[in-house]
Amino acid sequence: MEGDLAHIGAGLAAIGSGAAAIGVGNVAGNYLAGALRNPSAAASQTATLFIGIAFAEALGIFAFLVSLLLMFAV
Amino acid sequence: MATETTAESASACVGPNGSAIGMPQLCGEWVGNQVFWLILALVAIYFVLDRVALPRIQAILAERQGTITSDLAKAEELKAQAEEAERAYEKALAEARSEAQKIAEETRAEIRQQVQDAQDKADAEIAARTAESEKQIAEIRASALANVETVAKDTAEALVAALGVNADKSALDAAVDKRIEG
Amino acid sequence: MATETQGGDAAHGEGGGLVFHPMDQFIVKPLFGDGGVGLFTVTNATLWMALAVLCVIGLMVLGTSGRGIVPGRVQSVAELAYGFVYKMVEDVSGRDGVKYFPYIMTLFMFIVFANFLGLIPMAFTTTSHFAVTVVLALAVFLFVTILGFVKHGAKFLELFWVASAPLALRPILAIIEVISYFVRPVSHSIRLAGNLMAGHAVIKVFAGFAAIAAVSPISVLAITAMYGLEILVAFIQAYVFTILTCVYLKDALHPHH
Repeated sequence: MEGDLAHIGAGLAAIGSGAAAIGVGNVAGNYLAGALRNPSAAASQTATLFIGIAFAEALGIFAFLVSLLLMFAV
Repeated sequence: MATETTAESASACVGPNGSAIGMPQLCGEWVGNQVFWLILALVAIYFVLDRVALPRIQAILAERQGTITSDLAKAEELKAQAEEAERAYEKALAEARSEAQKIAEETRAEIRQQVQDAQDKADAEIAARTAESEKQIAEIRASALANVETVAKDTAEALVAALGVNADKSALDAAVDKRIEG
Repeated sequence: MATETQGGDAAHGEGGGLVFHPMDQFIVKPLFGDGGVGLFTVTNATLWMALAVLCVIGLMVLGTSGRGIVPGRVQSVAELAYGFVYKMVEDVSGRDGVKYFPYIMTLFMFIVFANFLGLIPMAFTTTSHFAVTVVLALAVFLFVTILGFVKHGAKFLELFWVASAPLALRPILAIIEVISYFVRPVSHSIRLAGNLMAGHAVIKVFAGFAAIAAVSPISVLAITAMYGLEILVAFIQAYVFTILTCVYLKDALHPHH
């Protein structure tokens, strides 16, 4: 099959999704730790939380995109 | 599916069996169409929101805010009225209480006065009776004294006569008087 | 057709063992006839965008037509959406950002309805196409950049000059800032389209596994779970797109750090 190497590359690129998961977990976990320490300030930081999660997740989406490109476009 | 391979595919991005070739997202010939309709959709939403929906919702929210504010003011006013009524009630209650106290006090004073009057009257009566009794006693005593005098004089005269002395009657009386007083 | 499969029906897909191609759902095709897709052709993308527009009108115009002081169900939702976006703009962009609230509301309403309509089975997800999200992101990018230059002139470039950093670092930081500024529309658009595409493709992949009898219960459960996650993603991505727009707007209005 001609797409073999591309498929392996796609699989490797998908590792990036796991890395993004670590990043999102970090953001959310630290937010939770801070929110439990100072619950009164938690509500004002939810927007920052979502922005942080979005940035972390975007990179995972990029990895996923690379994997899709290798799968279907190359 | 395999039987459909003969179907004509109108696009370079769609395979003969109706399946996508590569990523449909990267198919260049669909971009213009999507962009065109997207811009149309966005413009439509923008005009609908900007001209109709947002001003209307803003008006609704402002009106509700106004209603809430006026309702609050009304409630405040009603509360003040209720407080005033309560104050009037309290005042009336206090007045009634003091009135009742006053009446009770008056009644008590009146009764005390009556009792006092009756007592005074009784006292006066008793005093009058006592005085009368004393007068009668004094009269009795005076009459008794006078009787004693007469008896003494008579006895003295009889004694003197028995002794055989012819004494003057007035001198004898004077001597008896002197003795009785002494 | 695939009930007798043991993974040996490679003839169906091009290379994989799936019954159908997971990307087939993103194909744009004309609604009427079998011709090609021209600029003005009415396609399934047109249909679902039009439905999104109709839903926005239904919620925001018809839903509020009662103008009730005590809102009904639909009017509550409309007011909730209004208050949600309004507060976001006010909090993130500041008081002077409120002027641009209708633009941001337009973006939010379109994205949120396109995302949710795309979750209807057999629907076409317009926001999963880069063509759509790139236009949205570029619109924001160009609007914000032009607004910054109109408001502040050349002073807008101070956005890239971090005055609080040590002098020696500033040129390097400036380069980084410029790069990150121009990457904004890229990440802005790819985040939205990528999230939706990923979710929908994963659902389709699990749907393909459902044809294999041994794993079909697991795959149906997985589809259900993914669907729940996608409902969350549909809203969160609209929220994130909108709040990032607000952040960019704030940068344009107040370029000084």
